[in-house]
Amino acid sequence: MSERHINIKLKVWRQKNKSDKGNMEEYALSGVSTDMSFLEMMDTLNEKLTKEDKQPVAFDHDCREGICGMCSMYINGQPHGPLKGVTTCQLHMRTFNDGDTIVVEPWRSAAFPVLKDLIVDRTAFDRIQHAGGFISINTGAAPDANAIPVPKENADEAFLAAQCIGCGACVAACKNSSAMLFTAAKVSQYALLPQGQAERYRRVEAMVAQMDKEGFGACTNTGACSAECPKEISISHIARMNRDYLGAKSTSNAI
Amino acid sequence: MSWISTTLTSSLGKKLIVGITGLFLCSFLVVHCGINSLIFLNDGGEAFNIGAYFMATNPVIKIMEYVLFLGLIAHIVQTLLLALENKKARPVGYFKENGNANSKWYSRSMAILGTLILIFLILHLKHFWWSKVSGHLAETGETMFAEMLEIFEKPIIVVIYVLAQISLAYHLLHGFSSAFQTLGFNHIKYNGLIKSVGVVFSLVLPIAFAAMPIVIYFGIIK
Repeated sequence: MSERHINIKLKVWRQKNKSDKGNMEEYALSGVSTDMSFLEMMDTLNEKLTKEDKQPVAFDHDCREGICGMCSMYINGQPHGPLKGVTTCQLHMRTFNDGDTIVVEPWRSAAFPVLKDLIVDRTAFDRIQHAGGFISINTGAAPDANAIPVPKENADEAFLAAQCIGCGACVAACKNSSAMLFTAAKVSQYALLPQGQAERYRRVEAMVAQMDKEGFGACTNTGACSAECPKEISISHIARMNRDYLGAKSTSNAI
Repeated sequence: MSWISTTLTSSLGKKLIVGITGLFLCSFLVVHCGINSLIFLNDGGEAFNIGAYFMATNPVIKIMEYVLFLGLIAHIVQTLLLALENKKARPVGYFKENGNANSKWYSRSMAILGTLILIFLILHLKHFWWSKVSGHLAETGETMFAEMLEIFEKPIIVVIYVLAQISLAYHLLHGFSSAFQTLGFNHIKYNGLIKSVGVVFSLVLPIAFAAMPIVIYFGIIK
């Protein structure tokens, strides 16, 4: 696809700090290359704002190759924009047309308070992970191949769950701001492997308890999380978490 | 808190209550629809009246009626509480939302669809349940079928009943398969079956229910 240059209008959420009320601001950008990524377009906007002696738009970003989970924009009513299976940094301006108005908002959730402009505090995810998303023993050096047999399909399934980059698009997309897909992915990746079995039940109990404590909503099974997930993580992991949680609650020694 | 209350008050436990009560209410719909469909025999309501009499007098059914009300109340109260909590999880909404890009409108509207069904249910209980428990039927010697013919004379009632069944159809279209997901039933061997049974269930029952007031209103069944 050959490069074009388009003129766009942006409606961007601006909020000075956590306690500021915030509002939508309109900006016009002309001659935007369609080869630019969405974040490069935002950089261009920020250069323009800086030259005009205005505050640039604060937004999270890091690797810019779709693997770190830092970028987090809610674009035209969808987390990471309209493309399936990509993060905002992998969304390119060729997806948009000349004259388009693009609405850019932060993730919205009580558990993800806005810190500034488009940056939200996603440490709630870290705390869920800290509650049990790990294996407590020292695993030591890499074991011999096949020392611990793992069926291929389990390894694949665990790997699909482990692809979660913790970006929070699931929470942003869910009408209930539920963190089930994230938590389920983290529970699943260990539940499917032999190394995760020893703490399987303790893990799911602790992680769900922390998820609830953070103020995320419950699951309505709309499937929006999975549809918007840049790593296309399946809601079958949520069913696994539900099974494990009920199994854990009804059989674990924690009264 | 004991482990039971911890479980049932967690986000997963609350959903479990919604799922189990939802499937229980589905089983009630099958019985209700089965007995009511006896009117389609067009035998002047004879078979239907026998069925209605059995349902009103059998002791097991009488006990199940209480269980049904408990299940219904649990389903309503729990979903209302969940809806309020879920609302609280996003205090500031989006300026622009494109929900249709990632989910079905009826999946996102379960609370509204449920509320419409609840409003209908109050009217429906007034029509057919209250006449039984208040002793109106016993007093007048009227049969349940005669009661049906009388109530469905009014076109507005027929319209309300049909609209309610459309709400029920969409509520079931999401709810049936969703309940299995909540219970953890998600397996490559059964997902297709759950999905297709759910679609058939949410079409057949509401269509049969909606047909009842229509055929009576137009005098096809009398």
